[in-house]
Amino acid sequence: MAVGIVVVSHSARLADGVKELAGQMAGAEVKIAATGGGPDDTLGTNAVQIEAAINRVYGDDGVLILVDLGSAVLSAEVAVESLPPERQEHVLISNAPLVEGAVVATVEASIGASLLNVEAAAVRAGSMPKVER
Amino acid sequence: MVLTKDVVLTWLETFARDVEENRAYLTELDGAIGDNDHGTNLDRGFRAVLNSLPDERDKPIDGVLKAVGMTLIKTVGGAAGPLYGTVFLRMASAAAGKEALSEADVGAMLAAGTKGIVDRGKAEVGDKTMLDTWAPAVDAFQEAEASGEDLLAALQAAAGAAEEGMKSTIPLVARKGRASYLGERSAGHQDPGATSSYLLFKDLLSAVEGTAG
Repeated sequence: MAVGIVVVSHSARLADGVKELAGQMAGAEVKIAATGGGPDDTLGTNAVQIEAAINRVYGDDGVLILVDLGSAVLSAEVAVESLPPERQEHVLISNAPLVEGAVVATVEASIGASLLNVEAAAVRAGSMPKVER
Repeated sequence: MVLTKDVVLTWLETFARDVEENRAYLTELDGAIGDNDHGTNLDRGFRAVLNSLPDERDKPIDGVLKAVGMTLIKTVGGAAGPLYGTVFLRMASAAAGKEALSEADVGAMLAAGTKGIVDRGKAEVGDKTMLDTWAPAVDAFQEAEASGEDLLAALQAAAGAAEEGMKSTIPLVARKGRASYLGERSAGHQDPGATSSYLLFKDLLSAVEGTAG
């Protein structure tokens, strides 16, 4: 098993794209679920869909949820609170940036790191320089 | 005087109509400092609430409020979904087991809703959010109730304080939500969530007035 990854964005296409990008880095052992977008092709997030995404990738090692902006966090929190208590404690909402965080978290999960270590690596990804100045 | 389930249902129906009428206005307020969808999202949510009410109206008050909260979480899309959803779920818990709500019960219910906003949004008064309407409105209600005012008078005090709270957001710089990305440029605009929250208090008052009248 490996930590499962959930990608939450206001845009369904952005969530799918991040999943595709992160999936390139992972073996089949890392499950990634993407969820995003509001009703009628609008931008938004939905706690019920996020809860379903968590359950799709849930395993004994837990789940890390990567989010884009503000209300994605609120919806993810509602989703986590809707889970059975024994699952809640194995699910974490990440402080990492969406793209870098998802890629690094997936790599870390693929080598069998614990949920807390996957989150720590994802957060560190936010301060990795892209260009030398 | 008590708040009955019929009045709660009238309140929800009135608010749903009010949101529909103010959909463009709420979205316009959100367009100035946010992601331009508050009216559209809230209207979608409360249209879903209106559609579900015929199936829910035989439930006790807490069952109705809980169903509203779940519907909003499922259908709203923006931050208003989890925030208003949490408000209604918390109000449902506070009203659990009660056939009708006394003044003190209504105060406890509204306070539980406010606590839900704080817990969910991690907001404080002055952050330019819906809490700037809720907090003074609930304070005014509880103060009036503690000094022996009846439901109608306490709700009049609450609606007045809600309106002032809503207007108090105009000069504020946003510290929560999408508007906080604008920094100082968010000042000079009334917060959309504070505005829809004022409508909710105003409509609770008018629902009670309708039965008292």
